[in-house]
Amino acid sequence: MEKMPKWADVVLIPLISLLLAAIISALVILGIGEDPVAAVKLMIDGALGSTYGWGYTLYYATNFLFTGLAVSVAFHARMFNIGGEGQAMLGGLGAALVCLYIPWPHWSMALAGGAIGAAIFGAAWAAIPAYLQARRGSHIVITTIMFNFIAAAVLNYVLVNLLRPAGSMDPATARFPEAVHLPSLHEVLAPLGIEFSKAAPANVSFLVALAACVFVWLLIWRTKLGYEIRAYGKSEQGALYAGISPFKITMIAMLLSGALAGMMATNNVMGEAERLVLNSTEGAGFIGIAVALMGRSHPFGVFLAAILFGFLYQGGAELALWTKIPREMIVVIQALVIMFTGALDNMVRMPLEKIFVALRKGKA
Amino acid sequence: MDFLTLIQVLDSTIRLATPLLLACLAGLFSERAGIFDIGLEGKMLAAAFFSAAVAAVTGNVWLGLLAGVASSLVLSGIHGLASITFRGNQLISGLAVTMLAQGFTVVIAQRWFQQGGRTPSLLTEGRFGPINLPFAEAVSDVPVFGPIYSELLSGHSILVYLAFAAVPATWWLLYRTRFGLRLRAVGENPEAVDTAGISVVGLRFAAVGICGLLCGLAGAYLATSLQAGFVKDMTAGRGYIALAALIFAKWRPWHAMGACLLFGLLQAVALRFQNIELGGITIPVQMMDALPYILTVVILAGFVGKAIPPKAGGEPYVKER
Repeated sequence: MEKMPKWADVVLIPLISLLLAAIISALVILGIGEDPVAAVKLMIDGALGSTYGWGYTLYYATNFLFTGLAVSVAFHARMFNIGGEGQAMLGGLGAALVCLYIPWPHWSMALAGGAIGAAIFGAAWAAIPAYLQARRGSHIVITTIMFNFIAAAVLNYVLVNLLRPAGSMDPATARFPEAVHLPSLHEVLAPLGIEFSKAAPANVSFLVALAACVFVWLLIWRTKLGYEIRAYGKSEQGALYAGISPFKITMIAMLLSGALAGMMATNNVMGEAERLVLNSTEGAGFIGIAVALMGRSHPFGVFLAAILFGFLYQGGAELALWTKIPREMIVVIQALVIMFTGALDNMVRMPLEKIFVALRKGKA
Repeated sequence: MDFLTLIQVLDSTIRLATPLLLACLAGLFSERAGIFDIGLEGKMLAAAFFSAAVAAVTGNVWLGLLAGVASSLVLSGIHGLASITFRGNQLISGLAVTMLAQGFTVVIAQRWFQQGGRTPSLLTEGRFGPINLPFAEAVSDVPVFGPIYSELLSGHSILVYLAFAAVPATWWLLYRTRFGLRLRAVGENPEAVDTAGISVVGLRFAAVGICGLLCGLAGAYLATSLQAGFVKDMTAGRGYIALAALIFAKWRPWHAMGACLLFGLLQAVALRFQNIELGGITIPVQMMDALPYILTVVILAGFVGKAIPPKAGGEPYVKER
């Protein structure tokens, strides 16, 4: 029998973990001589108080949706894809090539083409670690870490030596043509009569990310393949016995994961920068891990967690602007969330289980 | 390439290999006891900051070293708490430790020094000075041997000599002492160790503690010897290169030294020559940056001898009742 009701596992534990992370973050802010209550107010005001703030919050959230889903899909097959960062970098390269070298007549086609290009490059970057895991037993965590660094070197080489326009000192591609420009949320919502900030970078790829959420939910819980992925993740022995090929599941789960991470490029490369720059991913691949852990690898949970982290990112930027709290405070909060929801899960779970068992005994 | 250039490149190889070696041996102790540690980077970074900060404030590099090691040990304690006591996921814990250090160091540096997340530059007394080996001056004019002795081997900071001395010490501790036997056993078969009445938890915490100590030395070396002060993210992936070296060396101390020297050489060459011409083909500098990681993947793939990690690595131990 389960020791705890399901709602406690899915809602209560993440909330308590989040609360612990928040308490320690508040102590850190106190420790550097700032007021945590004022900081939270400033963050809420800056990230959610205006459509401008929302525009940034949703822009960051879009990145985290893609990388969070990427980590989640791999988690379902019990693999830890720590390489979302590298896959997203390569996805950026794929999207940039598609945008630069194919004359797109309309943004919607460019978005589809760019998304496919990004997904293929991201998946390809995940394919080698996946193959080595499935066939040679090389630990996927270590290989994907290594591939993050190799991706950074590849991107550096390509931008400095191949794609940099002549005469430019900046290691970045040329600006994408005008036809590739993705509508911002301002342009999407204006015909509906909704006023949305013009300056904020949130764009139509937010809707692509939402579609990806639905797609992952359908895939994992409503298809045979999703069932096989989950079965393999629960028990490799059991899956093998049921005739599920570990090689096939490992490859498919990782390719999907890489493709999702790569598709982040529709937002940060095509939607915002409109060219490929070095370090365009800004660590979003790692935040995906926090998002997947917080969201319990469920697309809806990932959605909520991505919005939360989008809020933290935009709020953190506001803090850095108006107070003496540096932007890196967000990295601390992110680390605490990963620590409490991921590694120290049992610290919260064990006492809670005891409480629930005691309660049940009391009733019986 | 003339002889003097060669000596200079090898000299900087030794300097650059030192932090890798210390961190690699740190990982070796932890992983041999069955605790994966991808948080070497974070522990080094924390130690680099606290050693530089304390050395800058007090002007005493030894106090700085102490503070660096202490900060690294605290992070080790967190990793141990998460992965040994609460049987959490060691990889996630390692990642969180690294992120924690990446954020914390800048937040505190900004609060203490207001210089954009760095410490003030360290003056002479805040750094580890070079140690000149005996007769280094006297023999420097002897051909071949002279430069090798006085340029290459002499004149490094004490932490360099300590790092290389740690290699035989690690070998001896792991393969010639009872503690070492038990430590290796706990990484392969913790049940057997437990059956023999020895504490698995105690041994693993000891290993994680040694790991913290060595990472602390590595970080302190970065900030107080190799460079003069802390800058944001100054470890620049060295913790992961050390991890790569550990796999490359297949978790053995002498091989770890070889792997770290090799990766140190790659860094030294990349630093000195930007693009390398080899028989008409230009090897770009980015290739040199990526080579340690590529080599590690090749080794992991088992094409050049298989790298088999300690058997119980990454698995929390649950005592049977």
